[in-house]
Amino acid sequence: MLAYLLAAPTLAVGVRIGTDSLDGQEAAAAVPTLPQPEELFDLGDLQNLAAAPTSGLITVQVHKDGTASFAVPRAEVGQGMTTAIAMMIAEELDLPLDKVRVALADARPELLMNQLTGGSNSMRSMYLPVRTAAAVTRQRLLATAAAQWGVEASELTVTEGVIRCGSTHRATYGSLAEAAAAVGSKVVTATAPLKSRDEFTVLGTPRNRIDALEIVTGRKKFGMDHHVPDAKPTMVRRPPTVNGTVEAVHNADVVRRMPGITDVATVKHGVAVRGATFGQCIDALRALEVAWGPGTVDGESDDTVLRKLKAAALPMVVPPLLTKKIDAEFTFAFASNSPLEPDNAIADVRADRAEIWASLKVPIVAQSEIAARLGLPVNAVTVHVVEGGGSFGRHLFHDVAAEAAEISQKMGKPVKLSWSRTDNFRHGRTHPMCVSRVRATYARGNVLSYEQRHTSAQTDFGHGLGEMITSTAAKLPVAGNPTFAETIFQLSQCSPYHFGVTTQLLNEVPLKFHTGSMRNIYSPNVACARELVVDQLAAKTGKDPVAFRREFLRDKRLRVVLDKAADEGSWGTSLPEGVAQGIALHTEYRGAVATLVEIDCRPETVNRKIEHGVTGPRVTKALMVVDAGFAINPRGLEAQMMGGLNDALALALTSSLHIKDGIPLEGSWDDYFYTRQWNTPPELRVVVMPSTGDKPSGAGELGVAPAFAAIACAYARATGTMPTSFPINHGKLGFEPLPLEPSTPQSPTDGLDRAY
Amino acid sequence: MASHTFKLNGERITVEAEDDVRLLWVLRDLLGVTGPKYGCGLGVCQACTSHINGKAFNPCSVPVATIAQDDEITTIEGLPGTVGKELHPMQEAWLDLDVAQCGYCQPGQIMAAVAKVRQAADAGREISDADLDEIRNICRCGTYTRIREAIKAGAKNM
Repeated sequence: MLAYLLAAPTLAVGVRIGTDSLDGQEAAAAVPTLPQPEELFDLGDLQNLAAAPTSGLITVQVHKDGTASFAVPRAEVGQGMTTAIAMMIAEELDLPLDKVRVALADARPELLMNQLTGGSNSMRSMYLPVRTAAAVTRQRLLATAAAQWGVEASELTVTEGVIRCGSTHRATYGSLAEAAAAVGSKVVTATAPLKSRDEFTVLGTPRNRIDALEIVTGRKKFGMDHHVPDAKPTMVRRPPTVNGTVEAVHNADVVRRMPGITDVATVKHGVAVRGATFGQCIDALRALEVAWGPGTVDGESDDTVLRKLKAAALPMVVPPLLTKKIDAEFTFAFASNSPLEPDNAIADVRADRAEIWASLKVPIVAQSEIAARLGLPVNAVTVHVVEGGGSFGRHLFHDVAAEAAEISQKMGKPVKLSWSRTDNFRHGRTHPMCVSRVRATYARGNVLSYEQRHTSAQTDFGHGLGEMITSTAAKLPVAGNPTFAETIFQLSQCSPYHFGVTTQLLNEVPLKFHTGSMRNIYSPNVACARELVVDQLAAKTGKDPVAFRREFLRDKRLRVVLDKAADEGSWGTSLPEGVAQGIALHTEYRGAVATLVEIDCRPETVNRKIEHGVTGPRVTKALMVVDAGFAINPRGLEAQMMGGLNDALALALTSSLHIKDGIPLEGSWDDYFYTRQWNTPPELRVVVMPSTGDKPSGAGELGVAPAFAAIACAYARATGTMPTSFPINHGKLGFEPLPLEPSTPQSPTDGLDRAY
Repeated sequence: MASHTFKLNGERITVEAEDDVRLLWVLRDLLGVTGPKYGCGLGVCQACTSHINGKAFNPCSVPVATIAQDDEITTIEGLPGTVGKELHPMQEAWLDLDVAQCGYCQPGQIMAAVAKVRQAADAGREISDADLDEIRNICRCGTYTRIREAIKAGAKNM
């Protein structure tokens, strides 16, 4: 891989990620325009963005204080990406990990499809480029020292950022940073060998997060913690249905005079208020008297959506003539991908420019669309990517940043916009309801066919693959999202079993909910349905679930993790009635996982009482065995698996959105019931298998599907009934919904009564 | 607008605010103390958990006028000061076990953990799994297992 030495005050080495085929074009006109449908596949427009030969580079820089820095074109939302990137640089540069600083890059349109955080792809796409840049940096520092000392570079050694030539010469990276820098405008290229796995001392070893100290001291800055001059708290009164519109505001002048309030402005889907504190914004938005126009799904509720899905399911093909068959149908309710940090963005829009701060996984598309909506050239809009308090798919969309920009433009002032918690559940992004049908035929101990027909309310892929071409393609009325969605489905789904004729197909029903990918997109639902049917097939053929899976697996790595899980988790251990184990497998992102759980469905557990809390069956033990190819940071990988399991608990047992008359009823974390301490397993273990290759697999989403499936399989075995609707408690509304109007509830005043 | 005086992280402060503004917004928006996080404003998610006179509470659910002159408010920023060290033992345990993922809930988790351990100690017992099951703080990244381990480890050094 080629690296470029860049002219800079101190040593800077850049590499290109993934776009070498697109270089060599002339510089673009000053104002890139949004591609229109008819010119979608004119790659020239795309290539023009890749202006100069070195424009698409990601760059490692060495500073005079001996630190190295790197601005990574990805979002950090808790997945540990920045730590893993820092490890790559520390490894190839021979620099202590705490001397590597990793920041998040602003939106860089010239990076094209290489600034999207999703699909568990960051490690896979960044591993070679980042290491190459660091290795060339090290090589350049060595060459500089060798030249200064009149020796060969091969005579030098490096330890922790200090270069030595025997006992005669010694220089720190910092002292060489200026001398090693390239000068002039000539492009200098270089290559350097990468370390082999057996030379690694950082990669592959468990490391703590590089931001851990900032986190535990409260110093880590999230979106709303950033101080931008005069960007005052701003919130929005929202309609009582998804995508409702404002018909009239009756008392804007009265509200504008409320304590602390500075501005009131009508925006696309609500009325914004700006004030001294968010608390006063809540008072103000509640006081607004607004007449609302209709939304886009006002007539839709859970049952109407379910009917449409069932009617749209694609037919099975294999006729079960001379064989036995299993037909099964599973329903998965709407779910929220909302992170704990409420959606927020800071926007400072002026007449001729704009600046945005937000956690964005697709900042290039955000920048282009915000520019278009503001009527500004793309290069007049600066988009800073800030660290996010979770994402789970939410930050693929920039609707919050765009709304902040709209408000700032209308008010003519900087704003710090936060959605309320209730806004997030009711107007945020949802993983759409879906129905998965499976037909498997079997005879004489063999499975002859496996067909899965997945039907989902449309998942919005409007973010495309990170740049404007595929983003626009996903929004086209013809082909458009369904084609894009089917492509994503086909590229992510695969059955790991020898089940004869196997087809898995997606059909989508275009409903205008706010949808989007949620961690692991289709797989948690598809794999849950698949593994439940696998257990049924095992039972029909009189085989143990582990033995059956081992017999039919096509994937060697899955067989290894299956055996390890069965062994470590004591598969088949004797358990009381109402308690059972479940096991499930999944492979995706070039990784392989087996999950074994034990669930307690006895009445004394199911019916235990927690105030305002959902109890139900409890997974008491869980074991996840993961083969992630090359595990860059086993401690971070373990964390991702644990998170995946807790997400899976929520999806299987407790969390969903109930849609009624065009809006979710859930409005708080005690309604949308994500896993809590009393739901999480007291015993959760992750086994990271020894690396099976040189390349890292994706990991951020890898754990959700197999864990969801294992929990469902365990529940079926504990209760003797295969569950067909998820989460299992969706049928009964376990809370009193918060009012739809005003859209944000008032904060309580009795907090001291609950102090402990 | 009224003046409100109380002790915040060891220092006596006075702030101008309407009486009914919840303490969370006084801390974050007026005083720039951003360790306590907004996660719901409903006293549910507990991301803003801080201490009042050593007890865990949610500033999102307390009007500033309710805070008395001699009340001591401690946020995550002031926690190390309560033990006169760079870091509180619970923060050390959080680092040792690399608990955090995104980190948004963790200041509140740590403040809740310290109060929960004290509560158990006051009742003359060590922190148990049943105590840990009572913690309501949401971690949407699902770091619950490491939180449980860290609380048990941190309790030993408190």
